[in-house]
Amino acid sequence: MARPRVLILRAPGTNCDEETAYAFEVAGAESRRMHVLELLRSPASLHEYQILCIPGGFSFGDDIGAGKVFAGRLQQHLGEELARFRDADKLTLGICNGFQTLIKSGMLTTDKGSPLVEDETPDATLFWNDSGRYEDRWVNVASCGDRCVFLRGIERMYLPIAHAEGKFVARDERTLEELESSGRLALRYVDERCDPKSDVCYPCNPNGSQSNVAGLCDESGRIFGLMPHPERHLDPTNHPRWTRGEAGETGDGLALFVNAVRYFG
Amino acid sequence: MTLWEVDLHPRPGFVDRRALDALAQARDVGVGGTISVRSAHGYLLEGELTSEQVESAARRLLCDPVVEQPVIGRSGDETLVALPAERHDAETTNGATLVQILPKPGVTDAVAETALRSLQDLGLPIEEVRTVRKYWLFGLGEADARRFATKALANESIEQIVTGPLALESLHVGSHYPFNKVVVRMLGANPERLDRISRDGQLSLTREEMLTIQAHYRDAGRDPTDVELETIAQTWSEHCSHKTLKGRIRYRDERGERLFDNMLRETIFEATQQVRRDLGDKDWCVSVFKDNAGVVTFAEEAHVTIKVETHNRPSAIEPYGGANTGLGGVIRDTLGTGLGAKPIASTDVFCFAPPDMAPEDVPPGALHPRRIMNGVVAGVRDYGNRMGIPTVNGALFFDRRYVGNPLVFCGSVGLLPKDKAFKSVEAGDLIVAIGGRTGRDGIHGATFSSVELTSESETVSSGAVQIGHAVTEKMAMDVLLAARDRGLFRAVTDCGAGGFSSAVGEMGEELGAEVHLDRAPLKYAGLSYAEIWISEAQERMVFAVPPEKWEEMRGLCESEGVEATVLGTFEATGRLRLFYNGAEVGDLSMKFLHDGRPPIVREATYSPPAPSTPTLKHPLSKSERFDADLLAILASPNVASKESIIRQYDHEVLAGSVIKPLVGAHNDGPSDAAVIRPILSSRRGLVVACGMNPRLGDFDAYWMAASGIDEAVRNCVAVGADPNKIALLDNFCWGRIDRPETLGSLVRAALACQDLSVAWKTPFISGKDSLNNEFRYDGSDGPTTLVIPPTLLITALGQVENVARCVTMDLKKPGNAIYLVGRTWPETAGSHFHLVRGIDGGLVPQVRTAEALATFQAVHRAIDAGLVRSCHDLSEGGLAVALAESAFAGGFGVEADLDEAIARGLAPGEYDADQKSASEALGPVATILFAESNSRFLMEVAPDKESAFRDALGDVACFRIGAVTDGSQVTVRANGETCVDASLAELKEAWQKPLRF
Repeated sequence: MARPRVLILRAPGTNCDEETAYAFEVAGAESRRMHVLELLRSPASLHEYQILCIPGGFSFGDDIGAGKVFAGRLQQHLGEELARFRDADKLTLGICNGFQTLIKSGMLTTDKGSPLVEDETPDATLFWNDSGRYEDRWVNVASCGDRCVFLRGIERMYLPIAHAEGKFVARDERTLEELESSGRLALRYVDERCDPKSDVCYPCNPNGSQSNVAGLCDESGRIFGLMPHPERHLDPTNHPRWTRGEAGETGDGLALFVNAVRYFG
Repeated sequence: MTLWEVDLHPRPGFVDRRALDALAQARDVGVGGTISVRSAHGYLLEGELTSEQVESAARRLLCDPVVEQPVIGRSGDETLVALPAERHDAETTNGATLVQILPKPGVTDAVAETALRSLQDLGLPIEEVRTVRKYWLFGLGEADARRFATKALANESIEQIVTGPLALESLHVGSHYPFNKVVVRMLGANPERLDRISRDGQLSLTREEMLTIQAHYRDAGRDPTDVELETIAQTWSEHCSHKTLKGRIRYRDERGERLFDNMLRETIFEATQQVRRDLGDKDWCVSVFKDNAGVVTFAEEAHVTIKVETHNRPSAIEPYGGANTGLGGVIRDTLGTGLGAKPIASTDVFCFAPPDMAPEDVPPGALHPRRIMNGVVAGVRDYGNRMGIPTVNGALFFDRRYVGNPLVFCGSVGLLPKDKAFKSVEAGDLIVAIGGRTGRDGIHGATFSSVELTSESETVSSGAVQIGHAVTEKMAMDVLLAARDRGLFRAVTDCGAGGFSSAVGEMGEELGAEVHLDRAPLKYAGLSYAEIWISEAQERMVFAVPPEKWEEMRGLCESEGVEATVLGTFEATGRLRLFYNGAEVGDLSMKFLHDGRPPIVREATYSPPAPSTPTLKHPLSKSERFDADLLAILASPNVASKESIIRQYDHEVLAGSVIKPLVGAHNDGPSDAAVIRPILSSRRGLVVACGMNPRLGDFDAYWMAASGIDEAVRNCVAVGADPNKIALLDNFCWGRIDRPETLGSLVRAALACQDLSVAWKTPFISGKDSLNNEFRYDGSDGPTTLVIPPTLLITALGQVENVARCVTMDLKKPGNAIYLVGRTWPETAGSHFHLVRGIDGGLVPQVRTAEALATFQAVHRAIDAGLVRSCHDLSEGGLAVALAESAFAGGFGVEADLDEAIARGLAPGEYDADQKSASEALGPVATILFAESNSRFLMEVAPDKESAFRDALGDVACFRIGAVTDGSQVTVRANGETCVDASLAELKEAWQKPLRF
C-alpha cells in the first residue's frame, strides 16, 4: 500500500504540528509540514496530498477569536481548492485550533465543502468554556453514528483537551437538531456510562458544549474537527494513569490516524 | 481620516464573561460592593473607510455572529456610549457610568496588530487599530467608578482609563525624531554631580563606577555620548554582570573569616569544576555557566539545556506583563543557547503574600497579592500555552514578606543537537536582528531590576514594564530552528535586559562591532538612537550571519513572515562603534566595557541564631490526636492543591508527557516531579523538579540551601531519576546586599550549595541572582521597608533511561506494604507543624550528605528494579502529609503503626545541652509524624516484592509502617493509641479547598 501523503498546514502560532506529523507517520502516512504562506503562493499544490490536517495551537495568537484569523485566510484565498479537495474524495482533519479554524470558516456546517463566502453566517461556533478559562484535562469521548470516516470502528477514546474556547454552540435549536439528525455531531463527551446521548456534566463535559459535542463532521464525513488531542495519546505512558495499569498497549488516539491512512488503502 | 469603532456585545443568552471576571476581581480586592456590570469589547479602526467597509470588517473578521452582536459607529457616537437597549434588565435600572480601558499608546496590543494585518489582507484601507474594553457600571458615580476601574479592571502602568465617551481623534503614535548627538559633560564634574548624572539618567551606577568612567574618558580626552554611558551602565548593571556575587567579599561567620576574590567562582562554579574533575572521562557536563543556559548530555543525538530566570520587579508592577515577558525571556535564553536549543518544557515558581490578606493590610503602592497571583498565573499561561511549550513543573510559596516584592521564577528546558552546542563569531559576519520591532518599551529594565522597589515605582518605572507577544516569539523560534538546521548562522543570542546593547556587546566582546542604529525597524517613529540601542522590546534575537548566507536567511524569514534586518557587522577592531544616519554616535573599547568595572569589595557576616527550645502553648499529651494538625497543614496554602493553576497550563503539548503534575486515581494527586519524553521515537525521559524552603532561612541559611537541594534531588529520585546524573540550578533572591548580614546569609547559602554539590556529584550548571528585593513605602509609622526572606530556588534536571520504569506517588493496591525510608531527626524548626500550632524555635533540619546519598541510590535501585509501586517524598508536613496525600491520590485507605519507626528510625542526633532540650520538646510521636527531616521517602511495595525490596535498600534505614487498605480511612497508631484517624474525603477536601478555582 502506498503511503498517503499528509499536508500538515501550519500558521504563525500553530504549535502541535510536529507531534501531529509524527502521529500520521506512526499510522503509516508520509507527513509534510507546510506554512500557510507557502500554500498561498501555490494553492494548487494542495492536490498533491490525500489528507489535509490543521493541527492545534494558537494560530495568529487566537487574537480576535480562536481560529478566526486563520479561517479568514482560508475563506479569502483557498475556498475553491478546499472544495475540490473534498470532492476528490480526500480527507480534512482539524484538531483543537484546527477544529476552531474549520468551524469558523464554515467548512463544517455548509454542505459545499468549502469555506463560506462573505455574506453567509456559520451555523455553529466554538465559544469560551463555561469555566471562562483555559483548561488542560483528560476526557472520555465516544463516537456517535457512522458518518465520520475518521471514527470508523472507534467506540470510545480517552484523550486530553487543552483549550479555552471549545464550547460547541449552534446558532439555534433547529440547527442543532439538523446537525444531530444528519449524524454530524460525531464525537461526544461522555461520563463513565459511556452513552453518547446521555446528559454529562462538568468536568466530563469540560466546556459546556451543547449536546456534549467534542467533534463535528461535514455532510460527506470526510471533513472532521475535534477539540481533544488524539496526537497526545499515542504512547501508553501518555495515559495519566499508566502507572496504575490502566493504559492499553497503544494510546487511544492512534486509531483515528490509522483510520485516515486506511481510507486510502 | 475617521476613527470608527466596532463594539461586540454578547448575544442575548450568552454569558458576559468580562463582566463576571470584573466582579470576581473586585471581590478579591475588596472593592465594589453590590453593583452590576455589563461589558463589551471593541476595536477602534482608523482609515478612510465607509460605513459599509466597517460593517464588512465586523462581519468578516471581528464578530462571531453565533455568539456576539456588533454595534458600529464613529468613535464618540452616542450609540457607542449607551448600553444597547436589549442588554438592559432588572439589574440595570440605576444610572450607569461607562468606563473604557485602552492600552496606552506604544504598549503592545497584540490583538490590534493581528486585526490590522488581517483587515488589510481583506483589502480594507485601515491604517491603525486599537482595542478597547468597555464596562457599564451600574450603581457607581464617576469617582467610584474610576476607583473601581483602577483597583479591579485596569493597570494604569500600561492602560488608560476613560470614564464616559472617548475623545480620541487619531490612534497615530510616534513623532518626528530630529537627530541630535548628545554628549554628557562629565569630565569636569565633581562626585556629587556624577551621582546626579547617574540618578537622573536612571543609570544605577555607583559613584566609584562613575569616577572610573570619568577617568577613562579623561584619558580619551573627550566626554562620553549618552549612548556610550548607557551602554556602560547596562553592561555593568547588577542584572547583567552580577557584580556583587562575582566580586570580592570579606565573609565572617562563627567558623572564622574568608576572603573571596570572586565569590560565585570560588564556591558554586568551583564545585562544578571539582565534580567534573572527579567524573573524569565520565563527565556529562557540556557547557556550564557560560552560555545562555547550562548544557549537559542526554541522548544519542541531543544534549539538554536548562535555565531559570527571575522577573520580580516587573511582576510587582504589572503582574500579567511581568510574568508573560519573564517566561518569554527565559525561552529566548534557550533559543540563544549554542546555535539554538528547541524549548521543550517550562517551569514556574512563584512567591506571594497570602492571597487572603486583608486589603487594608496591603501597603500603599503594592497590588493585592491575589491580584498579583491571578495576573502572574495568567501571564505564564498565555505565553507558555501560545508558545506550545508544556509547563510541567512549578511551586508556590506564600509569606507576608513578599507583599510588595513578589518573586517570579521562570525556567526553560531545551533540546540541543549535539553538533550545535557551540557558537563563534567571525570578523565580517553580519549582525542580523529578527523578530519583534523596537519600541520605547522596557527602557532601563536592566538598571531598574537592580534597585529596590518603592511605592513610587509604579509611576517612575512604567517604561520598564512590557507586555509580551507570544506569537511573534513563536514565529522567530520557527525560523531560528530552521535556520540552525540549514547552517545559516554562526552565533545567536537573545535580546534580553539591555536590548541590542547587551546582545551585540556580548557577541562582539572578543572582536568588535559596527552597528547602524537607524536600520532597526521601529514600532513607531520618534525613538532616539540611544533609545533604540537600549530598548528592551521583546521577542528579538540577534545572529551572526556569514555574508554568503544572508540571502538564504533573508528568504527563510520572509517565507514565514518574520522581519529580518542587517544592523551592522562584527569586525576585528576591539571597539563597539555606533552610528545613526552615518554619523558616529558612540565608540567604546570592548575591553573597557567588559573588564573596566572597578571591583567591589563588600562585607558579609553571618551568625546563626542560637537554638531555642520550641515553646508549646499546651504540652502534648501521651495520647494526643493530630487529626486537626494534619488537616490544617493540608489546608495551608504552601501545601494545598495547586490544581486550579496547573490545569490552566498546557502541560501535555509536544505529546511527550509521562508523569504529569497531577497523578492518581482521579488525576488530582500532587506529583513529586514531572517526567517528559522529549524525543517521541525514544524511551529516554527528562525529570524536572524543584526545592525551596524560605522558612528555614530564618534559622540558618546554610541548612535552608541544603534542604532546598535535598528536596529538589529527592523529588527527582522519587519518580525514578538516576541520582548519579542530576544537574542543578540556583536562583538567589535576596534583600539589599549592602547590609553585611544580608550578604552574609547569601554567602552561607552558596557554601551549602558547594558542599552538597561536591558530596553528591550533582553539578550546578547555571544560575542567576536577583538582589535588593525590598519594598519601601510610607506607612503609618513613617518610612517602612519590607525585606523578602532570603529565597533560594533550586531546580533539578534528572534523567531516566526508560520512562516505563517511572513511578508515581499515589497508592496502587490494597494489601501492599508501606515503608518509611530514611531516618527522622528531632529537628522541627520551620516545620508546618510549628506553623499551624504557632510554635517558635527548634532545631533546623540538616542534611547528612553521606547517608542521604546512600538513601537516594538505594531508592533508585529499588525503583529501577521494578520493586516499587508508589513513591512519595517527605517534605512539608512530613510523614503525616505524605501518607495522607498518597492515600487520597490513590483512593485507598492506610493502616499504619509507628512504633518500629519511632524505636529505630528516630535518630538520636549529636547535640549539645541546649540543642538536646530543643530536640525533645515535641516528643517522639509528633516528631515522627511531622518533622520535615530531609532525604526521606514513603514507598509502597507489593507483598511478593518485599524481600527483594529490603535487599535493594541494603543498609539504608527503612521501616514497614503499615499497609494499603481498601477502606477510606487513614489510621495511624503509636504506643497502642490512635494518633491520626481521618477519612480520605475530609483529608482531600481540606487539601483541595483553599486554592480551588
